[in-house]
Amino acid sequence: MVRRNKDSASNDDNERPMRRKPFRKSTNEEEESPAQVPTGDLQIRNKMVRQLLYAKLKRSKSKAKLKERKARQQSDEPKQEPQTIEKKRKRDETWVDENDQETLDDISNDELNNYFTRQPDAPEPKLLLTSQEGFPSSFTNKFLKEVARILPNTTYFQRRHHPIKRIIKKMNKLGYTDLVVVNEDHGKPSTLFISHLPEGPTMKFRLTSARLSKQLRSNRGKPCAKLTIRPEIILNNFNTRIGIRVGRLLAALFPHDPQYKARHLITFHNQRDFIFFRHHMYLFKNEKKVALQELGPRFTLKLKSIQRGTFDALYGEYEWTQKPKHKMDPERTKFVL
Amino acid sequence: MQHDDVIWSVLNGQFCSYKQQKAKTQIFCSNEYNLTGLCDRRSCPLSNSQYATVREEKGILYLYMKVVERSHYPKKQWEKVKLHENYIRALKQINEHLIYWPRFVRHKCKQRLTKLTQYIIRTRRLMLKKTGKQELVPIKKKAERRERRHEEKAFVAANIDRAIENELLERLKKGTYGDTYTFPVNAISMDEEDEEAETDEEEEEEEEEEDEQESEEEMEYVEDFNESDAEDIEDMGDDDDDEEIIKALPLTKKRSLELEYEPAVEIPVRGAERAGIIYCYATRDSADDEWHVDKLEFKATNQPYSYIFYDRALRRRLSPPETTTK
Repeated sequence: MVRRNKDSASNDDNERPMRRKPFRKSTNEEEESPAQVPTGDLQIRNKMVRQLLYAKLKRSKSKAKLKERKARQQSDEPKQEPQTIEKKRKRDETWVDENDQETLDDISNDELNNYFTRQPDAPEPKLLLTSQEGFPSSFTNKFLKEVARILPNTTYFQRRHHPIKRIIKKMNKLGYTDLVVVNEDHGKPSTLFISHLPEGPTMKFRLTSARLSKQLRSNRGKPCAKLTIRPEIILNNFNTRIGIRVGRLLAALFPHDPQYKARHLITFHNQRDFIFFRHHMYLFKNEKKVALQELGPRFTLKLKSIQRGTFDALYGEYEWTQKPKHKMDPERTKFVL
Repeated sequence: MQHDDVIWSVLNGQFCSYKQQKAKTQIFCSNEYNLTGLCDRRSCPLSNSQYATVREEKGILYLYMKVVERSHYPKKQWEKVKLHENYIRALKQINEHLIYWPRFVRHKCKQRLTKLTQYIIRTRRLMLKKTGKQELVPIKKKAERRERRHEEKAFVAANIDRAIENELLERLKKGTYGDTYTFPVNAISMDEEDEEAETDEEEEEEEEEEDEQESEEEMEYVEDFNESDAEDIEDMGDDDDDEEIIKALPLTKKRSLELEYEPAVEIPVRGAERAGIIYCYATRDSADDEWHVDKLEFKATNQPYSYIFYDRALRRRLSPPETTTK
């Protein structure tokens, strides 16, 4: 869209007056052709004639435009690249270069290192999913149960009024690795906490546009089946320091060694700090073509804060929090992840 | 001068701003210093020149006392004594301070002390509990709206499906999936590939020779492989995937080299959706010659028909002999 505006900026100036006064123009044309309407009369009284002339004028104009466009396409002028926010984004100091081994080592030396280096004492991911205090609404309940089916090795726990800190203590004893808490607002899931055990980190996400698999058209109204296999994971566009950290936490929710033959795929796609969660089945038609079918559920996350250690709302030490609006960077092309 | 009876007659009979008629049977008093909260002669803090009460300020209890002697100093009217945190010691304090006071006042002060201590304990307990409870956060409508709009735009810009497809194809190219996927070669494009395969084969032979020099064990395998029918299929210019299958096949069949015969080899093929077998017929003129593939036939496991996708007799007619004979 942007490109077209820029391209046609010069043309627009010429065309605008024409567009504004089409009727006068039509009369001018008539002067050249055998005229039936007296000259100088701006308005043609006969409606049919007027319409005819106007249609003619429009046709000729569109033809001219088409010709112009074709000429532009054939000429060797370099095509202007569309300006997107992604392209305008600068690689600032937060950006981690793929070749920069030092920073990569630095990042990878975190609490999740045990999982990624496959230490023998590292446990298999074992998740506990729960809601906010009380009883979740019907939609949130369904959503939670679907998520519990999607994430491998997950148990859904009815929160009732158990405090999170006590749950975490118990989980540590039982050998769980992650706690996932979904809060709701106005009957819709609104916040997602992921806390890695036993050392952290804890991340808070804003959760929006949650959809059940039943609501997805591609799924043809089928409910979500329990995922019994280890799915494949795609993490797209996690490039900055914080981004990599978030990506690692998300990846650590899933077990190693995906079963490729099951062709189940889970995606976390980051675009402009929004993390889109998707669940697909795929099929390679040939070497160049893939067929995808979305199974759901789907939702969108946005990072709000990163906390060191396990969940602690009172005395937690925050590594990073989203700034309030008035302190945010006014530049729209700056992103965190 | 302080005349308690006069004051009370005015307050009771006429007007008092602290009077509160909440219930029909009882009038209450809203004065902070009132000991019982009722509006009557004994517990009215205004019409009693000697009066005492217990009050709570920010979680601390105080005993307030007033006497006639200070009634003309409104500022110093009340004597304020801080009560001990310990309930029993606070009771003792009250006993000491109100030793010559009317029994009613002393008794009511103690009752009030009990009530207030219980109330303080209760608030503290609630406060402790509250920290774990949910906190109300205002929803900023405008910010929410902005975020929603940004999300929509990001979703459009993301083009998630295409991004996923690209990533998957990249993984396929990188060989993440190993030999899970094999794609059938298009029979029509075989003519073009044939020439390419020739050059490929030569390179491969060179490589194999290098291999021979490197290790003896491999040499045996390579020789066997060279003579097998599998190599003839390479003549056909099958792609890499098929070659892998061929290598994976057990080469148990030992053939007598002297005979001139028409061997048929079955090659199992598996694609993304179904599997099948390629039947390969080959001949050679003498034992030292190389094999020539006569016919290639494909038959899917669940279908009765077989497809001939290569016939040398047909090809000879169509194409110049250079490509077919080596």
